[in-house]
Amino acid sequence: MSGRFVPGATIPPVVVENLTRTDLARYAGASGDFNPIHHDETFARAAGNPTVFGHGMLTAGFVARCLTNFVGAGNLRRYKVRFATRVWPGDTITCTGTVTRCYEVDGQALIDGECVATNQKGETAVTGTFTAAVPAGA
Amino acid sequence: MAEIDRSLLGVWGPETTMRVETGKIREFARAVKDDNPAFFADDGALAPPTFLMTIALWIRDLGQTRSAVKLDYSRLLHGEQEFEYVKPIRAGDVLTFRSQTKDVFEKQGRRGGTMTFVIGETEYRNQHGEVVAYTRNTAIETADAVKE
Repeated sequence: MSGRFVPGATIPPVVVENLTRTDLARYAGASGDFNPIHHDETFARAAGNPTVFGHGMLTAGFVARCLTNFVGAGNLRRYKVRFATRVWPGDTITCTGTVTRCYEVDGQALIDGECVATNQKGETAVTGTFTAAVPAGA
Repeated sequence: MAEIDRSLLGVWGPETTMRVETGKIREFARAVKDDNPAFFADDGALAPPTFLMTIALWIRDLGQTRSAVKLDYSRLLHGEQEFEYVKPIRAGDVLTFRSQTKDVFEKQGRRGGTMTFVIGETEYRNQHGEVVAYTRNTAIETADAVKE
């Protein structure tokens, strides 16, 4: 097993700069989640928000990209996210994580880890945990 | 406080079947800004990790969630979302899925009032009858209206 997949290893960050309302509209269409609070400015303001805000699962999708980059497509075994602060148009989201455990089940090398998405102020938007198969030959 | 019918906990709802489409995978991968070539293959593109959100949307009965627990949607938050990946899901697969409410419990909110946690689970099988994934979500009915 190489140094990438050892406890304490940092997962290279993925940065999404300047989230736009178009990004939110595109995720609404792609996911089918058309809660108007994510795309309808009038609705969002009437509900007491300064403007529309991002779907929690959009941020979770950015974190998943960070994990896929690290372990390879198709190697995630489990991925769990918890939603914290909301993300807003104009935000820059940084996703990263850490390997916490390496072990083997039935001859398959696995890693557990923690992951997080933070905004440009350092506030946590999403925290998560994951389990992934270590790619063959790694 | 939410009205809970515990006899419906653990009871699977009706099944829904649908095909995983290449175009939907591409559209979704683009929306989450993930350009991994595995998601853009012309034949048998892999579904991105959170893609099952697009499938779960079409369940006919959201896991008895709506029948086991009467929730006030104006006070509802999506607290957690979990994916368990058993086998790869690819474009062209035909998924049959069903949901259940796994658990309901209440906690005292930090600022008073009762918060209700509802854990829903959806199971996905492919055209070969193999379980390919589970998704689990935690919905939270807050004590007060949802606001910052």
